[in-house]
Amino acid sequence: MSRLPFYLIVGLLLVVGIAMSLHRHVQLEVPWTPGEQRQVWEVEAQVNFNAQNGPVKVDMALPANQQGFRLLTENTASPGFGLAFLEDERGRRAQWSIREAAGDQQLYYTAQLLVAPGARAPEVEPPPLQRDIVWERPYDTAAAQVIERAWGRSADAFTFARELIRDFGDERQGENARLLLTQFERSPLLVRLLNQAGVPAREVSGLMLEDGRRRQSLTSWVQVFDEEEWALFNPATGEQGRPDNLLLWESAGQAVLEVQGATNSRVTFSMLTHNQPAAAAVRNQLADDTLLNFSIHSLPLEEQALFQTILLIPIGALVVVILRVLVGIKTSGTFMPVLIALAFIQTTLITGLVGFLLVVAVGLVIRSYLSYLNLLLVARVTAVIITVIAIISLFSVLSYRFGLNAGLTITFFPMIILSWTIERMSILWEEEGPKEVLIQGGGSLLTAVLAYLAMNNPWIRHITFNFLGVQLILMALILLLGNYTGYRLLELRRFKPVTED
Amino acid sequence: MWTTPEKLRTKGIIGMNRRNIRYIGRYNSRRLYPLVDDKLKTKLLAQEHGITTPALIGTVTTQFGVKQLRTMLEGHHGFVIKPAKGSGGKGILVIEHSADGLYVKPSGAQLRLEDIERHVSNILSGLYSLGGSPDVAVVEALINFDESLSEYTYEGVPDIRVIVFRGFPVMAMMRLSTAASDGKANLHQGAVGVGLDIASGTAIRSVQFDRTRHDHPDTGHELVSLRIPGWRTLLLMAAGCYEMTGLGYLGTDMVLDRDLGPMLLELNARPGLAIQMANGEGLRPRLDLIERQPEGSTPEQRVAFAQQHFARQSELRETEPELPAVAVG
Repeated sequence: MSRLPFYLIVGLLLVVGIAMSLHRHVQLEVPWTPGEQRQVWEVEAQVNFNAQNGPVKVDMALPANQQGFRLLTENTASPGFGLAFLEDERGRRAQWSIREAAGDQQLYYTAQLLVAPGARAPEVEPPPLQRDIVWERPYDTAAAQVIERAWGRSADAFTFARELIRDFGDERQGENARLLLTQFERSPLLVRLLNQAGVPAREVSGLMLEDGRRRQSLTSWVQVFDEEEWALFNPATGEQGRPDNLLLWESAGQAVLEVQGATNSRVTFSMLTHNQPAAAAVRNQLADDTLLNFSIHSLPLEEQALFQTILLIPIGALVVVILRVLVGIKTSGTFMPVLIALAFIQTTLITGLVGFLLVVAVGLVIRSYLSYLNLLLVARVTAVIITVIAIISLFSVLSYRFGLNAGLTITFFPMIILSWTIERMSILWEEEGPKEVLIQGGGSLLTAVLAYLAMNNPWIRHITFNFLGVQLILMALILLLGNYTGYRLLELRRFKPVTED
Repeated sequence: MWTTPEKLRTKGIIGMNRRNIRYIGRYNSRRLYPLVDDKLKTKLLAQEHGITTPALIGTVTTQFGVKQLRTMLEGHHGFVIKPAKGSGGKGILVIEHSADGLYVKPSGAQLRLEDIERHVSNILSGLYSLGGSPDVAVVEALINFDESLSEYTYEGVPDIRVIVFRGFPVMAMMRLSTAASDGKANLHQGAVGVGLDIASGTAIRSVQFDRTRHDHPDTGHELVSLRIPGWRTLLLMAAGCYEMTGLGYLGTDMVLDRDLGPMLLELNARPGLAIQMANGEGLRPRLDLIERQPEGSTPEQRVAFAQQHFARQSELRETEPELPAVAVG
């Protein structure tokens, strides 16, 4: 009987589990610990325009996930306007439309962006080169000379772009550059020159993020491509690279705002930053519904809360497996302690322990009377269930009367499980005596408390909820434990007399 | 208080996990369990295979059948009523003799027919069976307990547990009930476990509550002279249970009848590990040796093999130097 398939399965589970967790950590910036703080920017774009008593169509570029930032949520406020989010070769865009509007109009768009140093931009295709660039005289000569000058002093696309932009800078501005700037805007001019020299480039718009700023506008940047790579250049200084606080708002070389049927349109931005716990930041993340990003967070909030508990059960079960297989503790009912531990999470530990002991003790007394009545098993357990409900109701009412609100949480105990516990304990008492009841009852309680401590640990809650891959790792661990043929801890004590002589 | 895994391993002690995975899981097919979990099935199967069991007086299968008990019990002075699916000796009622409509238990307590009927009714409703499932009451003839062993026990009948692995008897012990164990032969309740030499059926070591002792706590009788009569027959019977059930790792519980010799009482597909304590030796070396033996030998060959390889000297004779556990192989 080969164990190879077994170890293959375990290995596969481990690898997939770890890979899934790493993927979530690296790609989606989900932190390993719940306490980590993440910086979040809140950016508001306000679109103003003067509508002219007719249909209006507003088309605005929207930011996407990019290097350094991840889009968490986005909202719009635009009463009366129809709204659609489009995603095509022109990038992400919002389209507002209305049949009839007059006078000053405002549209709002807010986005929450997580500062994520590890986030990568999606792959960008270089824009096609504009081949047929025609200059009017005398700009054609000027352009050719500027290109030639920069070409001579450069080695590749990036250095060429840098030299070219420097030639338009204030210090080295030559005659040719000055002439061209009289006719053209700086950024489109640079893109045009780069294209003419055979370097793919485009103009993009970015927002410099500074806390508390209002009425900001976008700045223009030149994106230069060299084969697969690209770099951003500041068109004013020729500086290469993206400043950390630059958010690319429009990166497809398109207009940021296009308005039909209105005048005086403009868009301004205000922004502020705040820190929030990483877990909350993760929760706000827009769910990408791919299989790899499979996440509980795409469920409605109510189901998420439910799953938070469900995903903890394997942890409790793991505690039970460890205590039974490695330690050798006897419990009454294999997974009863896990359910008790779940109840402890609701009641808090001390209240839960007191409540559990009270219910079981009173239940045992009543059950001992039931055994005189000589009932059939199912009927007897049902009688115990009703008794347990009565005890729980009584304790709730009493504790409420005495002003002990903690006592009300006793209703979280799983009543059927409690009844079976009482039934088993009672049979155990009759057959093996009170000592065995103490051993198994104590073992169950100890297991329940340990399972509770594990399941209530904030770090474990965070990990199980945010990394579904952990479930596979747990599965692998439990499979391995199920294969353990060594001694249990308590057997080291049990068998000690044999080794003595 | 604690020992190390290393020491246990050198002693060849088997832990619960190893027993469950390596032996029960590997050698005991689950579909064969019903044969041993139901005492009535075991009994009928044993009769087919010519293995002696206590004589069957009758069975009660329905609550209606309870009324027939009087006729069934007529003419039998002593009898035992047990649940077919009971475990750990639960629900076993022993009546030593009956007279004038009164039934007397070994303790001297007297029962009326109604009491017995109620007991049978409880058995049928599943009071003593695993999981409370409906059960059958089995009425057997009383075992005429071999007098030569009476000094070694207190109240209950001592039984002999033999672990049979792939048909080879590998280890044996006798369980003597005590006052502490309330006449039951359960080691963890305080019965004395006496390790038996596979070769001769003599006592080699004895423990109560996991501690060695040399005499019976209640009768005060020394245990060194304990010798099981008809030992080879008993081993042959135990070994034959392998062919009978097909279970590779089996605990056979036997009793000695004065007239009929060794009898099979019940079988256990999940025998406990306390037998290692009683023998002062781990099962591992013996099981390893048996695993290397080919399949297909007869019970006689297997018993002979076991008697040859698992022979041991008694540790109870204080005059002799104590022998270390013999690692055979």
